This record gives sequence, structure tokens and C-alpha cells, in this order.
Amino acid sequence: MHEFSYEAPTTVDQAVKLLSADGDSARIICGGTDLLIQMRNAVRKPRLLVDVKAIPEMRQISFDPKTGLKLGAAVPCIEIHENQTMRKYYPGLTEAAHLIGSLQIQSRASIGGNLCNSSPAADTSPALLALGAVAKIAGPNGTREVPVEKFFTGPGQNVLQKGEIVVQILIAAPAPHSADRYIRMIPRNEMDIAIVGAGACVTLDGDKVTAARIGLGAVAPTPILAPKAAEYLIGKKLDEKTAERAGELAREAASPIDDMRGTAEYRRHVVGVLTRRALLGAAERARQN
Amino acid sequence: MAKKQLVETTINGEPVEFLCEPRQSLLESLRDILGLTGSKEGCLTGDCGACTVLVDDRPVCSCLMLGVEARGKKITTVEGLAEGTKLHPLQQKFLEDASLQCGICTPGFLMSAKSLLDRNPNPTEAEIRYALAGNLCRCTGYDKIVRAVMDAAKVIQAR
Repeated sequence: MHEFSYEAPTTVDQAVKLLSADGDSARIICGGTDLLIQMRNAVRKPRLLVDVKAIPEMRQISFDPKTGLKLGAAVPCIEIHENQTMRKYYPGLTEAAHLIGSLQIQSRASIGGNLCNSSPAADTSPALLALGAVAKIAGPNGTREVPVEKFFTGPGQNVLQKGEIVVQILIAAPAPHSADRYIRMIPRNEMDIAIVGAGACVTLDGDKVTAARIGLGAVAPTPILAPKAAEYLIGKKLDEKTAERAGELAREAASPIDDMRGTAEYRRHVVGVLTRRALLGAAERARQN
Repeated sequence: MAKKQLVETTINGEPVEFLCEPRQSLLESLRDILGLTGSKEGCLTGDCGACTVLVDDRPVCSCLMLGVEARGKKITTVEGLAEGTKLHPLQQKFLEDASLQCGICTPGFLMSAKSLLDRNPNPTEAEIRYALAGNLCRCTGYDKIVRAVMDAAKVIQAR
């Protein structure tokens, strides 16, 4: 690996200053599970790495039934999976975090890193989209909040400007009788990158859907929402038939490509299947809440 | 040359200080600076698990962590498994069950298995296979490894 310097600030302000001072050649390191491989392959050559894992608010999970979740962007995925609050209130996001790589990877990788790496196939991104999550960003000009659906600008690209850091992920407290679910399909049983990922969050009033959001991964240049599929469900009973129709509508939102993991045609088909299953799974959980 | 940094950490229960460049991985720091060559270098991409060590009791690929990130952490390597000349039940059962041939993957499997048994002393076969999914072996076909972990769990429970 090339030579670089390393700093581990303990406040967001210090981190922003370090990142701003070193122009485009400074980079944040959190879990390093993508970055260190890119650096070893000379794809990235930062002169400075700013480790954000010593910043307390980036390492905490705090939940309030009124104001919702503040999830530190640097919390390792395994801590999310083991956290009882996350399991109870955000089971879909929690299962997405627990699907990223091996336990070795989950011990280091974070949802903030998954977001900022901005892979179209990132597992936690469709789950964040389904939950209507917002990225709280700190930078040289103060803080701003960006909804996850406005965060991505292309494969590997996002709205972050020089010196900016995603500090926390903000998610509203779940409404009564609502729940989320994330499902992905990969070419093998475990440890691969999604052919398709589908996240769904639904709110029920009795049998009827009062709110729904569907996020899709690996089927467009960025993770995307499938708004028409979600709107279709409002006021309807969520059953096999309506979930199937929502899956068809979600297919229309997808613009997949052919690659070594699957063809565009296959991916479009799988979008329908996974959307249906994610919706039915979310509804089943919502009925119990 | 980038300035070396002093890293104060705990390795296998002992306080340790070492100097490393920021670009040196934890794996390089363990093997080349500290002479702890039990952890093996495999893929260098976090896929094979041969370099697995425990950091604050969680399994981590030491090839995907910098040496400087070990500051203030508790690191456990395969060298920390045995108590003196007494093998850890996992090591003993890996031998008895013939769970290794070439041995390159073994330190990583042992550390992943230790992390599992420390959290879950009575795992199912499926739980063992999930916990070891980040470790690759080209010799054994995995079955003997899974069996050794189940046998070691029995020994630990009987204590």
C-alpha cells in the first residue's frame, strides 16, 4: 500500500477540519472493508485517512419512541444485529445489516459506510429507502439533512461535498401497525453481492394499507424507490394478489443491466418476486405490532 | 517515509507497544513487527478469513484493519488460545477429528469458532456453519471442521 497519514479525531468538528484541510486527498475510514481493498489495488490513494470510529455520537444507537432513531453512521453492522431496539423496531434494516459479508466483515462494516460507498447493490440502502431514512451530514458549512432517496447521484457517487461526513442516520419511530422487511437474492447461499435487493415498509389499519414504501437495490445506477408500486397499495388489502400487482409495478421502476450475476431480464423478473415477498413479510410483522 | 506511530494495545492478555506505519495492516503488524506468525495471509481482500483475529472479542480480518487501529483494543490471536502447553478444546478437537490438512486456514477457523462458542456455548450445526461462513478451506470439505467445533462445545459445556 502507498504511504499515508492517519488521524483518529474524537469530535465531528475535528474530523471535518482534517478532511477539509487536506483537499481531495483525505478520506474517511470506518470499517475499511471497501476502502483498504481499493487502496491496496491503487484505485484510491488518499494522503490522509480520518478514522471516525472514536467519535462518540457516530458509535451510538439512540432510540426514543417519539423522536425516533439516531443511528451512528459508524456503528458496526454486528452491533446493529445484536441490538434489541433495532431488532424490535427496525427488523428489516437489521436483517439487511446482518447480510453484509461474513461476521468478520460485519464486525467492521457500518451502515454509514455502506451508504457513503454508494454501491447500487448496497444491502442496507433499499432498507433505508423503505424506512424513509435521512442522512445527517456535518461539513465545513454546518450540518444538513438529506433524505436517502436524494443522497445517491450515480454508481459510487453521492451528494457529499469536500469535508462532509455522514454523522448519523435518522429514522422516524415506527407508526403503530407498521414494520419493515428486507430480502435479497444472491447467486449462492451466503456472502455475495445482491442480484436484486428489495426493502419494504408498510403501515396497516386493520386490513388496509395506509402507508407503504419500497426500496430496490442492484437494478438501477443507484438504489431506488418504487413509488408507483407503493402508491398502488394505499387503501387496499395487502394479500398475494395485490402484492403480486405491486411487484409488477416495481418491475417498471427497475432499469437493470446484464452482468456476471444475472441478466437484466432475470433481474426484472426477480424484482417482482422479491417485492411481493418483502411486502407480504412486512405486512405479517406489521399485524403483530 | 510516513512517520511511524506508537500503538499501545493488549495482545493475548499482555499489554504491548509497537511502532508501525499507518499503511501497515494489523496482520503485517502482528506477523512482521511482533513475530506472531500464527495468523496467516490469504486473499488480502477479506474473503478467505485466514487472517481472522478477535478485536474486542469480535472476529475481524486482520488484513482489512490497520495496525494503528489496534490502539486501545484487546486483540486475541491463535497464539492466545492455549494455556501454556494445554491446548484449547477447539485445538484439541481439530487434532482429534482431523479437521486440517495443510493448516493455512486453521488459525482463522479456530478464532471464528472461539468467537462463536464464547457467545453461544451450545450452537446448532447450522449456527456453526453460518459463523464459519467467512472462513475458506480447500482441504477438508468443512465437515470435519464443523464436527470439531460441535465436539469442542461438548467439552466446554462439560467443564
